[in-house]
Formats: sequence, C-alpha cells, structure tokens
Amino acid sequence: MKKTILMLLVLLMLTSLLVGCGGEEEVTTEEGLKVGIVLSSGGKGDMSFNDSALRGLERAKEDGLIADFQYMEPRETAEAERNLRFLASNNFDLVIGVGFMQEDDIALVSSEFPETKFAIIDAVVENDNVASLVFAEHEGSFLAGAFAALMTTRNELDGIKEDTVVGFLGGMDMPLIRKFELGYTSGVDYINEVKGTDVSYRVAYAGSSPAAFNDPATGQEIALSQYDAGADIIYHASGGTGGGLFRAAQSRGLYAIGVDSDQDWVASGNVLTSMQKRVDNSVYDTVLAITEDRFEAGIQVYGLESAGVALSPLDRVGVTVEEAYEMGNISEEDLARVKDMKEMIPQDIIDEIEEIREKIISGDIVVPDYMSQN
Amino acid sequence: MDILTQIFNLQTLYATIRMATPLVIAAIGGIFCERSGIINIALEGMMLMGAFIAVLISYFTGSPWLGLIGATVFGGVFAVIHAFVSIKYHADQVVSGVALNMLAAGGTVFLLNVFFNTSGTSPAVNSLPYWGPFKPTVYFGLLFVLVAHYVIFHTTFGLRVRSIGEHPHAADSVGINVELTRYICVIISGMLAGFAGAHLSLGVLNIFREGMTAGRGFIALAAMIFGKWTPFGALGAGLLFGFFQAVQIRLQGFAIPSEFVQMIPYIFTVVALAGVIGRATPPAAIGKPFKKNNRS
Repeated sequence: MKKTILMLLVLLMLTSLLVGCGGEEEVTTEEGLKVGIVLSSGGKGDMSFNDSALRGLERAKEDGLIADFQYMEPRETAEAERNLRFLASNNFDLVIGVGFMQEDDIALVSSEFPETKFAIIDAVVENDNVASLVFAEHEGSFLAGAFAALMTTRNELDGIKEDTVVGFLGGMDMPLIRKFELGYTSGVDYINEVKGTDVSYRVAYAGSSPAAFNDPATGQEIALSQYDAGADIIYHASGGTGGGLFRAAQSRGLYAIGVDSDQDWVASGNVLTSMQKRVDNSVYDTVLAITEDRFEAGIQVYGLESAGVALSPLDRVGVTVEEAYEMGNISEEDLARVKDMKEMIPQDIIDEIEEIREKIISGDIVVPDYMSQN
Repeated sequence: MDILTQIFNLQTLYATIRMATPLVIAAIGGIFCERSGIINIALEGMMLMGAFIAVLISYFTGSPWLGLIGATVFGGVFAVIHAFVSIKYHADQVVSGVALNMLAAGGTVFLLNVFFNTSGTSPAVNSLPYWGPFKPTVYFGLLFVLVAHYVIFHTTFGLRVRSIGEHPHAADSVGINVELTRYICVIISGMLAGFAGAHLSLGVLNIFREGMTAGRGFIALAAMIFGKWTPFGALGAGLLFGFFQAVQIRLQGFAIPSEFVQMIPYIFTVVALAGVIGRATPPAAIGKPFKKNNRS
C-alpha cells in the first residue's frame, strides 16, 4: 500500500512537470518552412510579449511564408533548454527563444545544431547561426515619459491632479527593466528642461526575483502608493504584475501606460497608450529574411525608426483594441471608453511627441541607455 | 519631514492591513495543521489553487461570493490529498507538501489553458464589494484570529489538537482519535489557505495570474513560526510583515539604495527571530507519522 501511494505521488509530480510541455509528439510533416518557438514565462495569452511573438508567426503563416509553427511553453526555465533541443532535433528550420532567460540555453543548443537557424529575443548570443533581436526600449520609454510629463501638467483628462507627479512600476529589479526606467525618467527630464515644468517621478520595483513579474497584488499596492503620492499617470515594465496597476488605475479613475504589446484595452479608458515592443515585426522580419535567403546572424536592433518600438496610436483606437472587441474580450462600452479617452488627448501633445520621435531618430536627442552605461 | 509623511500615513496603514490579510489567514491554517503534528509547506499551493478556483467560479456564475465559498471548499478538498498521504500512509510530509505545491503551480496553468485558452492572466471577473475601507475578506481574517484562538485554547477540540501534536500516543491512550483529529486539522488548514488565495484574486484583485501567490504561502509559514504557533502571534507577525512591505514600497526611489530597502522586511524577520521573540518551539510530534501500536 505504501508503495502504491509513493507511486501515486511520483505520478502526481510527473504530471505537474508535464503540464506546459504537452504536445511534444505533434510534429508537423507538411512541406515548407517550419518554425518552432519557445515562449517565456507567462506563456500564450500573456497579452504581451509572447502573444506578440505568436502574432508575428500567425501573420507569416497567413502570408504563406511558413507552412506551420509550433510553440512550446516551458513551465520552468530549466525546461527551455530541453524544448529548444527538441525543436532543433526535429528539423525545424528556425527556432526562436523568447526572452532573456533563454540566453544560455540558446547559446548551448545553437552550438549543438550548427545547421539550424536560431533567433533570440531580448538577449545577445554570439553564434554564427543566431540572430539576436533586441529592442531600443529606452527610446520608446523616453516617448512614454515625455508623454506622461506633458499630460500631467495639463487638465484635458478627467482626474488629473494639481501635483505634477508621474510613476514607474518595474517588475524584477534588473538591468533590462532599469533600461525602461532610465528612458522614461529621461523623457520626463527632457520635458522639464524644454518646457520649464517641474514634473517629478516615483519609481518602485515589485521585487528582485522573476516572481516579481507575476505578482499583480504587489503591483497594485505600488500603484496605489504612487497615486497617493500625487501621481496620475504610471508607466509599467512588469509583465503580469502590471495587472495590479490597471486595477488600481480603474479603482482610482486615473491612468496607466501599458508596455510590450498594445494594452490600451485591458483597463478600457484608463490606459492612455502603450509602449509597444513590436516583437511580432522582428519575428516576421526574421522569417521573411530566411525565405528571401538573407538571414543574418548577429545583433539586430529594432528601434523607433524601424517601428520596433512605438507608442500605440494616441489619436485613435489601435488595431489591437478593435481586435479585442471583435474577439469579445471587451464590450462595446469598453471600446467607446477607449475612443472617448483617446479623443481627449490634445492634438498639440500628439504633434509634440511625433516631433520628439523624429528628433530621436535623427540623433538630435540622445536617449541614455542603461545597458551601455553599466 | 516630507519623506516621513509620505511613509507614515493612513494609506500606509490600509496597505499594511491589505497585505497582512492573506499572510495571517494562511498562517492560521498552518497553525491548525502543525498544532496537530502535520507539517504543511503546501500552504503556497493551496492558496494558489484557491485563488484560481475563486476566479473560475466568479467567472462562470458572476458571483464573487460563490467564488469565495468555492475556493474555501476546494482548498479543503485539495488538502485531503496531503492528509491522506501523510496520515493514512505515513509518507514524508515535506515531500507531500512539495508535490502539492508543484501540482498547484502546474495545475492552475493547465486549467487556465483549458478554461480561458491562455497561460498568463485570466479575464477580469466580478470581485468582492467594499465594506467600508476594506474588502470583506479582511474582516473575516480578523474573525478567524479570534475564533482560532478560542478553538485552540478554550475548547476540548483544541486541547485534543494540541495534545496530539505534542504526544499522540499519550492522547491515543486516553481515547482521542488521533487520525480523525489530524484529518480535520489538515482540511481546516486547506480551507483557510483557499480563502486566503481567494482574498488575493477576488479581494485585492479581480484576476488570476500564473504564480500570483508569489511566495506568500511561505511567508505565512514564517509568520506562523514567528508567532509561535498562536493565532494572535500570527496576526502580529503578519501585520509586521505587511507593514514592512508597505514601507518598503514607499521608501523605494528615495536616496536609500533600493536593494537595501527591499531587504528591510527580511532583516527585521531575522533580527526578531534571533533575539526579540526568543525560542520558537514547534509541537514536539511535528512531522512524525502516527502509527498506532508502534511506538518509537
């Protein structure tokens, strides 16, 4: 009897380990380009990073660039290596790793399979068969900071307080997130400098381990503390922790700025804009490059110029919001709320942001990059 | 001065109470379990399961109250696994706890996929209404402290629980049903942990997020030990942890390095454990399987 129970326990543990890496047997056999992708924590449906990458592959499939793609969701980081090796050994033409956590795994597996092409998002791996897709998050965050600073000094939006304070909510305290923070605060400083305003910022991180990206309860407490300190717009770079920010924005009737993908619909009417990392574009470009036989290894930076980073539309409702409506994720009232909010954003601020964007592209404004500073 | 008023105000007090609530409730669950002699490191997993079930039920019925009840009941059901394995089959209680934590972490993501076709964040659901400045779960938490104190220290059942945690064979010799009492205690702990999870997903928030308990089950365990396995002790410890968390959040961004600020709650825990509260002595029979007629 004791043995039976032990067996049961072992089975329990095994099933829990297997969850998330199901479908290892489903290997497509169709002709054409096959792409495999290993997602980062959060997985499919994170309304962010992973979904954006998958959207890029969906588009590539619709456009006939690839026959099919398969995604895998490692339940823990140690599993990513196994997933990558599985895809590479099953003759996938391109294997993509999403997220900096897979840096070492991609480095290892890509040297084991020199004939296979790899791509890693958000990290740099210096192998001859790896394209490192990185983003100029600091430039996009600079725009977010400039936008927040401009909005908080005005009164077009409901609920904007006298205090000119804006907030930043970070997930795990690490260099990549510091890069967002520095870009954002530099954007605020820039506005203070050219406009003579006195906008200050509050910055807080949810924690110092990867769990800090999955902790919306702490995210909400941080957001509330910043709203209490006079902030009316908070930008986040915190993955799922940001869910708490949106909740706080809704309950206080104040504002948030989304990140990674277009999150304008998540708390309809309270998310002013989103600093999008167009992971979909970078993935699509990489696939396109392979079909046109011009795949290049090495670092590829997606910045403002190539629309690798961009603010979601300020003057109208973005495509993602409309999609969310069509898929039934938000109601008609939600859609209307987003529309009303976007209409309240003054045109001169929109023009100003566009001007700053052009100045960054032309090099007139140099945005400090935390990664190269440290 | 500006810093002080930013850190110590009414909002900080509210935040302290909000953040202490899940810790205190889960810690009381831990107290019942460990007082009866069963280690429960699966609080984290039970909370996570509770948080998920609460959102699931609220999503399908539209009623957060049903979600809260469902999470509590299911927390108890989930705990039966732990009770069964460690009481009936004398398995290692730590191993069983670890297995449950893994099952909850993987299982909730799996179920998120099944029901919501996502592995990150669930859709927003109806959450509990405000009662005054707080959600109802906060008041229930306080009620649980009082009830648990009364039950453990002022009822026959409580005396039995304490005695089987100290010396199960002696308790057995005077006719106490050790196994049944332990079953009840483990199930109570699961129900309270499930309730604590529902507080996070339906009280504090209105969504479920993969891994959203973020270690709170383990901090609850620390609060239980810190509070010397007493409900009021757990309340004090939970409030202390909640307070330092609230202060930590507000101190970030001032001149002090953030790494140091984030350490504050843990430093105080270590200091308190090392010197202030004195020795924390667990129940004598904790972790030892009870085998009738087989003394060791």
